[in-house]
Amino acid sequence: MAEPMRIRATLQGDVADVRILMRHPMETGLRKDAKGDTVPQHFIQNVAVTHNGKTVLDAQWSQAISRDPFLGLRIKGAKVGDKLSVTWVDTKGDKRTDEAAVAAAS
Amino acid sequence: MDRMRRRFLNAGGSMSVLALSSFLGLFESRQGWAADWNKAGFESKAMSEAVKALGAGNPVESRDIVIAAPDIAENGAVVPVAVTSKIANTQQISIISEKNPRPLLATFDVSSGSEGYISTRIKMGETSNVWAVVKADGKFYSAKKEVKVTVGGCG
Repeated sequence: MAEPMRIRATLQGDVADVRILMRHPMETGLRKDAKGDTVPQHFIQNVAVTHNGKTVLDAQWSQAISRDPFLGLRIKGAKVGDKLSVTWVDTKGDKRTDEAAVAAAS
Repeated sequence: MDRMRRRFLNAGGSMSVLALSSFLGLFESRQGWAADWNKAGFESKAMSEAVKALGAGNPVESRDIVIAAPDIAENGAVVPVAVTSKIANTQQISIISEKNPRPLLATFDVSSGSEGYISTRIKMGETSNVWAVVKADGKFYSAKKEVKVTVGGCG
């Protein structure tokens, strides 16, 4: 049900510049909808990034990360074709994992 | 968790199906898989509490941490923030917005294989200092940058 992430990873020297765009409402629990009802809290709590199966980033988030979250990181010792995997889990227990490969700099 | 579950299963008849499902439900709900979620920190209402919940007693201000964020953010709902830590053995980067209702925004464990760099977009309620708290070799360092917010983004 959750929409796929967009992951782009380009190699700069031996560092992979990784940009991830997730689709998520990231509701703070403070916002009110058109009817004036409070929209319940619903946000991504944990994000993990792996590089060839090894965890390189473990993030914990609050509701104050913007809607449709962006995450940028740099992975050392990367090569073209290396496998990246990104997983998030939200407050409802929904998860999504997407994969990408490191590409050569264009 | 498995051992707990075994104990419950062994308890057999004393456990009603209803109780069992609600017990399992607990794990499925809010905290879910998020065993690693700093509840105390994220629910802190003051920056000092949040820093304490990170285990950082009194972080030392460091010039080796660079925060890239706009001087003026027109829309507080989307404020781009990037933190670079040039401190050797950077293990963790946390982002704090001092005047947000819940100041601690995110914690990134970057220990293995990723550089001391993180970039994201945050919500800010009002003009405030944005702090980066960095853990390196078990010690804590910090840096701050003021971001002026035209329209708050918490509601």
